[in-house]
Amino acid sequence: MTVTTASTSGDTLEPRPDLVTLTIDGVETSVPKGTLIIRAAEQLGVAVPRFCDHPLLDPVAACRMCLIEVEGMPKPQPACAVTCSDGMVVKTQMTSAVAGEAQRSVMEFLLINHPLDCPICDKGGECPLQNQAMANGQGDTRFDGPKRTFPKPIGLSAQVLLDRERCVSCARCTRFAEQVAADPLIELLERGSQQQVGIADGVPFNSYFSGNTIQICPVGALTSAMYRFRSRPFDLVSTPTACEHCASGCALRTDSRRNAVMRRMAAVDPAVNEEWNCDKGRFAFRYLESDLRLTTPLIREDGELRPASWDEALVAAAEGFTAAQGTTGTITGGRLMVEDAYAYSVFTRRVLGTNDIDFRPRNSSAEEEQFLAARVAGRGLGPTYADLEKAPAVLLVTFEPEDESPIVLLRLRKAARAGTRVLAVAPAASRGLGKVDGTWIPAAPGSEAAVLKDLAPDVVDLLGQQGAVVLVGERASASPGLLTAVGELCDRTGAALGWVPRRAGDRGSVDAGLLPSLLPGGRPVADAAARVDTAAIWGSVDVPDAEGRDIPAMLKGVEASEVSALLMAGVQLDDLPDGAEAALRAAEFVVVVDTHDHAVVQFADVVFPVAAAPEKTGSFVNWEGRVRPSSRPLRTSLMTDARVLSALGAEMGIKGLESDPVALMAELDEFSGWEGARVSPPAVAGSSPEPGSGLLLGTWRPLLESTDMQSGEPYLAATARSQEVWLSAGEARTLGATEGDMITVTGSSGSVTAPLVLADVADGAVVVTGNAHRALGASGVRVQVAVEGQG
Amino acid sequence: MPSFLDPIAGFGVTFTTMFRKVTTEEYPEQRKPMMPRFHGRHVLNRYSDGLERCIGCELCAWACPADAIYVEGAANTDDERYSPGERYGRVYQINYLRCIFCGMCLEACPTRALTMSHEYELADNNRADLIFEKQDLLAPMSSGMVAPPHAMASGTTEKNYYAGEFDQPDGSAAPVQRAEEKR
Repeated sequence: MTVTTASTSGDTLEPRPDLVTLTIDGVETSVPKGTLIIRAAEQLGVAVPRFCDHPLLDPVAACRMCLIEVEGMPKPQPACAVTCSDGMVVKTQMTSAVAGEAQRSVMEFLLINHPLDCPICDKGGECPLQNQAMANGQGDTRFDGPKRTFPKPIGLSAQVLLDRERCVSCARCTRFAEQVAADPLIELLERGSQQQVGIADGVPFNSYFSGNTIQICPVGALTSAMYRFRSRPFDLVSTPTACEHCASGCALRTDSRRNAVMRRMAAVDPAVNEEWNCDKGRFAFRYLESDLRLTTPLIREDGELRPASWDEALVAAAEGFTAAQGTTGTITGGRLMVEDAYAYSVFTRRVLGTNDIDFRPRNSSAEEEQFLAARVAGRGLGPTYADLEKAPAVLLVTFEPEDESPIVLLRLRKAARAGTRVLAVAPAASRGLGKVDGTWIPAAPGSEAAVLKDLAPDVVDLLGQQGAVVLVGERASASPGLLTAVGELCDRTGAALGWVPRRAGDRGSVDAGLLPSLLPGGRPVADAAARVDTAAIWGSVDVPDAEGRDIPAMLKGVEASEVSALLMAGVQLDDLPDGAEAALRAAEFVVVVDTHDHAVVQFADVVFPVAAAPEKTGSFVNWEGRVRPSSRPLRTSLMTDARVLSALGAEMGIKGLESDPVALMAELDEFSGWEGARVSPPAVAGSSPEPGSGLLLGTWRPLLESTDMQSGEPYLAATARSQEVWLSAGEARTLGATEGDMITVTGSSGSVTAPLVLADVADGAVVVTGNAHRALGASGVRVQVAVEGQG
Repeated sequence: MPSFLDPIAGFGVTFTTMFRKVTTEEYPEQRKPMMPRFHGRHVLNRYSDGLERCIGCELCAWACPADAIYVEGAANTDDERYSPGERYGRVYQINYLRCIFCGMCLEACPTRALTMSHEYELADNNRADLIFEKQDLLAPMSSGMVAPPHAMASGTTEKNYYAGEFDQPDGSAAPVQRAEEKR
């Protein structure tokens, strides 16, 4: 991109005061003030060799590889750390013998202690040092002494391995950890030739973002345990994909060899993930090769599931659904690509003839449904990552970005470093909030709505500024009145509102209308014009006009014999509300469409295996509302959800249901831009939690946990955080516990025992980190807290 | 101008040839030694204690112009060591339907694990058997060798191996296997 722009009026260049003009290799160029010489040279097509320089990290001039000559300066200067100034005359290695000699010498020094183990190094073949040594280095060495050696490799964490001999001390990893991820767990230790990256004793580099350091390491010093010796760059076929794990929507590069994924890297997408991703997205893909993958359809016969042919299974499912005509409910999970989600929306309405469809097996509420229909569905691109970066203030409501949408945390960190105020209405001041220098607004679970109504005037003023953003997480559904209050706050202050769900398919499911009161594109079921419009797109069919049941109502409906069959797609039993097991057992007919064999499959009458996200072409919609297209790195004989539904529809007499992802997306696009009636925003009065004994539980799902989609990757699992119980100092005193004591937290269906950490926790609340929802329930329930053994 | 002696002159050639040395080879009863640099079937060599020289670096596969070589590396552990150093070749395949015997793989090999023997009898009646696996390519155990996995010689590191301390007794990295020697 050129920075000098000719004025439209004539031949003269319009002077721009924010530009400086300098000469690089005899070519005059103008760049904005503050531009580094190395970037200005790049714009002219001059590549100055570098190792430590990274456009998203602060300059450090550690490797000295980019030395260039600047007229008037006595010694060669690092191009990556000197900013351009007016009238500067720069000569790179292209025109200056001094710069060329300086770079050759630095390369020679770097190679003195670098081992000659490229053949066994994982970076071999894609190594900047190797490439530059081949391009500019000397053919032979003048150094004949023994090289400095270290034991190798050592683990910085279970996942990240360090080979200190190979390190060129560029400090990319340490700067990333400190500046971008705010996990300063690694640091350059020692001095001179002994300089090395290291961790503190007993504190491993268990950052959620540690994999990025492996990717940006310009040598093979940091490698991953998972990818160790697995393949070479020339073996790999790279495919651009979107991450299927959360709603951040990272662009990934999936590298596969012989139809198996070898590794995944963060792809560059400046609008979304920049050049980063989280360790879950990077390392959690072995689930594709799991023994629990479903490969053939299954049919229940004499009480047992047995493999069946596709025809047999389709006939069985069609018969079951036909028998249950009009009384079938559809429950989908968060793994669906938007094309498949839309296919479920169409199938449920056209073939099953009902609006009983819901994508929220987690905790949900009618208020949330109304909120999503009114403020999220079909609204297109909402506040974006770029808006977060520009925002004067960002308010997080029941949303823990580090665990629930990690790339949001990285962008907030970047924004905070540039001056954005981050505030969080949360039960505790979490470590993630500390990483964005955030201000904590205490709110015990269940009382967030009241807290939002009584925000301090200065906070309201902050949110009233142009560009302010409010992000609300999916846990808000557990707090009555909260989503109403968030909407009203945004209406009052003018702040942009973003809803950040946890899973990759959630936003797409909202847009595709996987809610009982919502058709695709934000059209209300209750609105006749919306139904007519939908029917027109679907080809003059009847669209059921009665609003359907949400998941709790469906499960109740099973017990009341109003719902007799269930279609379950990508739903885990653990995610479903209490009592789901009984309902699944009571349902007359259950069809499961899934990738893995898990607890829900045991209740199925017919099971259809489907392709996982890396085995199909499609797209996710991230929390911004941005479509994240994903190509197919793996071939499989399994069908997509949409193809299964199309075949099932044909078996049930509705022919021609679309199954091609491109056609499905085109059809869904026809639903965009709805200008008719919308569901009105919710108006639920906030209530404060009912008084009772015990403390209010605050908890959220951690990034790394033992789920199907994180199975098969022990190194990743070993970097997960251990469970903790957070109490305020006051509560701990009342309990007679001190930091580190084992605390037992008991809920209605189980208990959790974990060490106590004293933290800033809202009055009357206790926070249990890690996976606690199975044992204790969702945020806002009352739990009993006791020192272990004294309960 | 044809002469009446021409047919006899023709027989002259025949008669002189009858007393020349014969170049016909009595293959397969007699097998002549190949030229020293003949490119025959590959051998994956061992160090003198039996550890494999191959480190699974895939440089041979990278160099191969016919895409005939497939390698998967894996990590040696203290309990299970196949080669000196961190890495060994877990899977090693050469497809002799593709191999053009150019020897680029030998040039690429950083440990002289891969050499070529004088064996040229590579014919078969099915394709699968012409994909040679690691066990087909590994050099046979000679005296003093112990089949891996086993530890490196006590008191040594991979550097001792790479420095040539465990090369074959005749000083070569690899014994040249002659087709005739095998019989």
